Amino acid sequence: MTEYNADKIGEIHRHLHSELPSEPALRVKALESVLVEKELFTSADIDKWVDAYTEKVGPINGGKVVARAWVDAAFKARLLADGTKAFDELGFKSRVDSDLKTVENTASVQNLVVCTLCSCYPLHLLGMSPTWYKSNEYRARAVRDPRGVLREFGVEIDDDVEVRVWDSTSERRFLVLPQRPPGTETWPEDKLARLVTRNAMIGTQRDLTPESL
Amino acid sequence: MKLPDEPLGPLKRKDGDPTFDEPWQAQALAMADTLVVTGKISAAAWAETLGAELRKAADTGAPDDTETYYRAVLAALERLLNQSGAAEKSEIDARRDQWERAYLNTPHGQPVQLSAGEKA
Repeated sequence: MTEYNADKIGEIHRHLHSELPSEPALRVKALESVLVEKELFTSADIDKWVDAYTEKVGPINGGKVVARAWVDAAFKARLLADGTKAFDELGFKSRVDSDLKTVENTASVQNLVVCTLCSCYPLHLLGMSPTWYKSNEYRARAVRDPRGVLREFGVEIDDDVEVRVWDSTSERRFLVLPQRPPGTETWPEDKLARLVTRNAMIGTQRDLTPESL
Repeated sequence: MKLPDEPLGPLKRKDGDPTFDEPWQAQALAMADTLVVTGKISAAAWAETLGAELRKAADTGAPDDTETYYRAVLAALERLLNQSGAAEKSEIDARRDQWERAYLNTPHGQPVQLSAGEKA
């Protein structure tokens, strides 16, 4: 009988009113409706953003930049000299007034990007940042113990390879240009672009694997 | 090289986590990013305020996870809007209460309209 009553009460409750959102969800609803009224943006702007960054924008834009740099030495030179202009060439205009610097991995250098202050990240090139990039642990340890962090990602860096850590800010963000893996000499640019992973462009992956495609 | 059965470190283990656990997290970041991109909030002020909220969360022992991160995003957004006067805290508080009443007043299964939360 108790069970019946519990079910009954639950049913009545469900019929009485809609399920109340969580506290942060309520505040987000409040903020959005107030800011839309104040014309700071439209609801459609927010829906479009969520749709784009949860479904569409991934690391492929960054991958296209890397692939172009691999096949076009002149582009690569421009990219390393002034990233922002080179990105414009491919149509990836910086969304905010911040500088985007490309740092190149070589046989003797591994670059690693972090934002120790918060979570600055080139969203338009890499899509949403991974959860670990935003964690305190990564932000604190990437600078202090980059080799240890890389080891956690399964990347062993030889002692003779220098690890350079780049701290992003609101004014300057970074993109790692990974090394082109052997065995991809005949690949077309669009296939190369798909080979480049998000983690490789943050620096927590060193070797790209042609077998993965 | 790593063997496949080698246990992954804590950071790598988070690698496949979904970026958002709940829709409000994406919406909060969408609002913040849109305001930064359209210049309503400066990128520097955003980084500084979000950084301060993240530090505060860490200092008070909040778990180092997605929920904590997006709560910091929301707090930073509210703080900046309150400071600039674009949306004062009292206004957001009142609107939050109105949404709550709207949910409580709307029968289950029907779309919740803000007007359902107006005070009688």
